[in-house]
Amino acid sequence: MSVIYLDNNATTKVDPKVLEAILPFLQEDYGNPSGMYTFAGKIMHYIDTARQQVASLLNADPDEILFTSCGTESDNTALMAALESYPEKRHIVTTRVEHSAILNMCKHLARKGYSITYLPVDREGMIDLDELNASITPSTAIVSIMYANNETGVVYPIDEIARIVKAKGALFHTDAVQAVGKLPIDLRKTPIDLLSMSGHKIHAPKGIGALYVRKGTRFQPYVIGGHQEEGRRGGTENVASIVGLGLACEIAGSHMEYENTEVKRLRDKLEKTLLEKIPSSLLNGHKDSRLPNTTNISFEFIEGEAILLLLDEHKVCASSGSACTSGAIEPSHVLRAMGVPFTAAHGSIRFSLSRYTTEDEIDRVIELLPPIIERLRQMSPFWHKQASQTS
Amino acid sequence: MWDYTKKVYDHFLHPRNVGEIENPDAYAEVGNMACGDALTLMLRIDKATQTITEAKFKTFGCASAIASSSVLTELLVGKTIEEARKITNQDIAERLGGLPKEKMHCSVMGQEALEKALAEYLGEEPPEEHTDHEGVIVCKCFGVTDAHIAKVVRENNLHTLGDVINYCKAGGGCGQCHPDIEDIIRQVHGGSVVEQAKPADGKKILTNIEKITLIQKTIEQEIRPQMEADGGGIDLIDVVGNKVLVGLRGTCVGCRTAQFTLKHAVEAKLRELVDEDIFVEEVKQ
Repeated sequence: MSVIYLDNNATTKVDPKVLEAILPFLQEDYGNPSGMYTFAGKIMHYIDTARQQVASLLNADPDEILFTSCGTESDNTALMAALESYPEKRHIVTTRVEHSAILNMCKHLARKGYSITYLPVDREGMIDLDELNASITPSTAIVSIMYANNETGVVYPIDEIARIVKAKGALFHTDAVQAVGKLPIDLRKTPIDLLSMSGHKIHAPKGIGALYVRKGTRFQPYVIGGHQEEGRRGGTENVASIVGLGLACEIAGSHMEYENTEVKRLRDKLEKTLLEKIPSSLLNGHKDSRLPNTTNISFEFIEGEAILLLLDEHKVCASSGSACTSGAIEPSHVLRAMGVPFTAAHGSIRFSLSRYTTEDEIDRVIELLPPIIERLRQMSPFWHKQASQTS
Repeated sequence: MWDYTKKVYDHFLHPRNVGEIENPDAYAEVGNMACGDALTLMLRIDKATQTITEAKFKTFGCASAIASSSVLTELLVGKTIEEARKITNQDIAERLGGLPKEKMHCSVMGQEALEKALAEYLGEEPPEEHTDHEGVIVCKCFGVTDAHIAKVVRENNLHTLGDVINYCKAGGGCGQCHPDIEDIIRQVHGGSVVEQAKPADGKKILTNIEKITLIQKTIEQEIRPQMEADGGGIDLIDVVGNKVLVGLRGTCVGCRTAQFTLKHAVEAKLRELVDEDIFVEEVKQ
């Protein structure tokens, strides 16, 4: 029995071609790109190529890409760069459903005296653009709104959002970690100032990310050190992973259509069948404006960890919005912000597919999950009471 | 991923004694869906020998909550009431080969259900169950009293705030009570007695969890059926202090008289049956 991996929003398998491209830089080509000899100097050429590959996927200029260690570093850098560049502006606008790389940084900044506006979302996870427009003031340094949500896959109207923010004169950052490689992004058309992405969500290794910084945007480094990345990010380049990220971007570009047709078809099949077969199940997130690979479904009156561990018995990997730890009064800040009733929020499961997902795997999950849900419901003190009330 | 023992997995995958007993001799419900775990325990007791002959449970919760409940029923069958009363949360955890410390509250839930069921059977006040009215509520998020925190600290020899959160959830929500919990830990280990204030007017004070449960029940039984009869619907979204956040569904969405309904039907009902200070707000969709 092999693993059925449906947790690709958490991390992805490294593409074998990417692995092959990486290995020489962990073996014979280990020089430091700053070295004054051919053995090292030639390495810079590979970094340039990777920068070009990343830029191509986003339709950006290679000079606008800087390599970081991960999506979190890119997010942190974007916020700090904006605040340091505009010290007189002490307000940030973001949403209640951002990744913790943005939310916890904002909480940290709030303790330092910055004011933060967290835009609410509706039941489908969408923000209100009029509310966004009204929230931006002359003292707003930066607006940070994710391209697509990691838990629900909800995709935000980033083009429209970017125009609203630019008309108001603030910087616009988007955490596009979940969107890059799954949705076409054209930075020559969309006025985004800063964009974060991560390697391990698109079949490159963990520990590599990138930040797009539009030409002409005021910038201050966050990781302070050497002259690397044109002085915008200190630290010896993670050459192998940079090369891997570059190739992963190129491959993602060539699979974009597959992602939005075949992967989406499998996702739709999984989602539609589970919602039909399993009573008291509901979709979390906007029905249409969603990543092609993600579905988040709540199974009422049972708890997510128990579902995951029973799936794990069959080597099916998925994730849950419910973190059943001692302090977990809030099942997930995203579902809670969306107003998902807590009868449903605790039993939410996210399936996220990739180009490696097969139809057989989806069919297997469709077969396995309904009896698992039924089994846990038979154990739940809420199930029969509720079922008899709602039927 | 949690580092569960084989025993935990065994009881999670093959839980013993799931189900219900018709007309049980002892019965207890603890926990709540809002907290993420809940347990219903039912016992059949032989009156002549005062021995537990049958134990059944139903649990909403994670793997360790299910395993703790299962192992508890196994521990109980064949025990006399007196023997059963001596079972602690540590016995439950030990019998499972240990639980991750973040999951110890699952074993505490088992013990609470047992105490409550036996107290009810014997016609006693529930001894120190954390949703009772002994003591002062310290953790408002989870409705845990100082007496209960002190008991858990004493019985499990806890020394840090993190331990208290792991064992009884107190302090795991907003965090405002952290200094109070730290005081309790100091008092317990310093040997001084935790003072237990009683409500002055003798009126029943609801813990947050009891309040949420009651609000939910009122909405489900008193309010929703009426609204559904008119093609509408209502969901409880959140309770913050006395503010009750609800979402309107069906034909209620965008209905001109929805605000009127909210104030004069929903709020009035909740004030009548739960708390006169409640006010209701709509969460727009």
